[in-house]
Amino acid sequence: MGAERVAVVGVGQTKYTAVRGDVSLPGLLREATFRALEDAQMTLADIDAIVIGKAPDFFEGIMVPEYSFVEALGAVGKPIFRVHTAGSVSGSTAIVASGLIESGVHERVLTIGWEMQSCSEAMWALSFNMPFQQQLVAGAGGYFAPYIRQYIARSNAPDDTGVLVALKDRQNALKNPYAHLHEHDISYESVKESLMLWDPIRYSETCPSSDGAIALILTNEAGGDAASAEGRPPAWVHGTSFRSEPAMAAGRDQVSPQAGKDCAADVYRQAGITNPREQIDVVEMYVPFSWYEPMWLENLGFAEEGTGWQLTHDGVTAMDGDLPINCSGGVLSTNPIGASGMIRFGEAALQVRGMAGEHQIDGARTALGHAYGGAAQFYAMWVVGADKP
Amino acid sequence: MRDVAIIATAQTKHVRSATTVNEVELIQPVIQEVIERSGVARHDFDFTCSGSSDYLAGQPFSFVMTLDAVGAWPPISESHVEMDGAWALYEAWVKIQTGHADTALVYSYGKSSPGDLPRVLSRMTDPYYEAPLWPTSVDIAALQARAAIQAGVTSEQAMADIAYRSRTSAAANPFAQLTTSAQPLALMDEEYLADPLRRHDCAPVTDGGVAIVLAAGDKARSLCSRPAWIRGIDHRADGHHLNFRDLTTSPSVRIAAEKAGVANGPIEIAELHTCFTHHEPILRSALGLADDVEVNPSGGPLAANPMMAAGLIRMVEVANRIHSGDVSRGVAHATGGHALQHNLIAVLEGEG
Repeated sequence: MGAERVAVVGVGQTKYTAVRGDVSLPGLLREATFRALEDAQMTLADIDAIVIGKAPDFFEGIMVPEYSFVEALGAVGKPIFRVHTAGSVSGSTAIVASGLIESGVHERVLTIGWEMQSCSEAMWALSFNMPFQQQLVAGAGGYFAPYIRQYIARSNAPDDTGVLVALKDRQNALKNPYAHLHEHDISYESVKESLMLWDPIRYSETCPSSDGAIALILTNEAGGDAASAEGRPPAWVHGTSFRSEPAMAAGRDQVSPQAGKDCAADVYRQAGITNPREQIDVVEMYVPFSWYEPMWLENLGFAEEGTGWQLTHDGVTAMDGDLPINCSGGVLSTNPIGASGMIRFGEAALQVRGMAGEHQIDGARTALGHAYGGAAQFYAMWVVGADKP
Repeated sequence: MRDVAIIATAQTKHVRSATTVNEVELIQPVIQEVIERSGVARHDFDFTCSGSSDYLAGQPFSFVMTLDAVGAWPPISESHVEMDGAWALYEAWVKIQTGHADTALVYSYGKSSPGDLPRVLSRMTDPYYEAPLWPTSVDIAALQARAAIQAGVTSEQAMADIAYRSRTSAAANPFAQLTTSAQPLALMDEEYLADPLRRHDCAPVTDGGVAIVLAAGDKARSLCSRPAWIRGIDHRADGHHLNFRDLTTSPSVRIAAEKAGVANGPIEIAELHTCFTHHEPILRSALGLADDVEVNPSGGPLAANPMMAAGLIRMVEVANRIHSGDVSRGVAHATGGHALQHNLIAVLEGEG
């Protein structure tokens, strides 16, 4: 890390749902922002700068929508900044915000990830045209399904691995009041019998389309110490990293992309992690389609190549396992695209602060937040800890 | 703060319509050129950051394909802003300040030609009260120009003089799009586009791109004989809703200029992101520039206005004059949003 330590002292989330028809767009951001400010015991006047991330402007049909939120966010006369890096965007956004403090440029930064997906049909926006390829117009699921099939072919994973992931994440979501999907009657059979959308991805193994926002308040070391002294434990940022690779490149492995491996190696190095399976207590992983849990377990170094699925089947990734993944319910239960990355980062922070409520893992000291985007080519990660780095 | 400098620059020849190239093909040669000039090997950049707009490209995630112009293999540390490239430079400057990077590649580009730009920009307004009226960028600028004239900040004659000076200055700029102008009095005989703005008061519609390389401290000194040091950089927003703003002044520029230290020494030139002629007097006043400060010797955006790049080009134009030794200290300004809503100020210096 650089000159200044970074602490997460506030986390605020909206209730995620299919259609938030009861709030305006700035109202949605204010809901998350004021919850984060309350958590941090601050007001908008305390904020030095605001960093906002979301997916394409076409989702809401507004070009650079942040500009029309300036008054609502108390940003008149302040720096306001907009990041856009595909599905990983709000993970990247939190990293940009963290950099503003780490560099010593600012002391207290508000960062927000948001999306109002009900304004449009996101699936079409996600069916972008790859040069020299037939346009699928089948959304992200249609794009990723062939790579999942390749993973199954390589690893000989049992057919129901994805079913187990979806069941676990949706059951975890029942413990998270903010989660979009609360499927009280979900069962192994109901997931397995749900409609096959993009073989092998079933309806219940794919993320929903959500409205929602998350806000984080980041401070420097003095701010983290002050919060700690007042009995409000901060999450300390131990490492941040992003990595990108082209959508198409000769020899590129889309099942376990090199950019994901490099990003993990970089963030582990910063955080002093040499054995992620032993040293990381809880993971919030970007799993929009169930099979990505075993795939990312391997890509992130938690399992040897071809064996990630065994952790899922052995219950290692369940809340009572030794590497709980997506205790919040994950992207499979809540997916406002432009917020999903920061939700992973924020939930990781809540875990090490001991403030995750019913889905808290007792004694969590070190957590990984992970996001990916584009054609599995953009990665953003951070490691947060209960202890100062 | 670490010393960070612009050590190399490149830009396209800016044109009304680059019909035969897509965005990747437009920016790739510029990236290649700036990498060669910088002396940094293609795979040795610690960080890469870009700025562009999906609304101009007419495609969501449009920047994803443009990454192909960088050659991001093996994978790179990279980010993107949905703003002018000046803010991509700001993100890269912050990244270098954290100590995670010593060098950075920054680029931005825009092709406005496929759409009706003023109408596209009407989507960059409040979606509840303003966007349903489809106010174009020219309509909104006209309201600001009228307010500025009524407040005595400028006049139609002064605006015509600025248009004439900008486009004749651009005759010496090989990258400029518009390089000639009728005399100011003749310009004032033309019809209004949106009263009090005439065509000459508006920046042209342009396709183009720009790239720069940043380096820190000794790395910059070893790669560049006269680096353009970023002595101060800051950006601020004003409110969005026109009825809440005094359009004849720019409080955000005033704050950013103070934070960037514009007044800490004499300014020799200023490259200002003036999308309309009346922006120049508003910015001059907010920056506190002396009367003898030369503004937009390149011709400025009134001579070439590639969206998402025109702000970063202002930094390039100041940096080039520092690299050549012609200038020791200059200020660059970039703007985003309507009526100068969001402003970035950078002070660049030679020596040091």
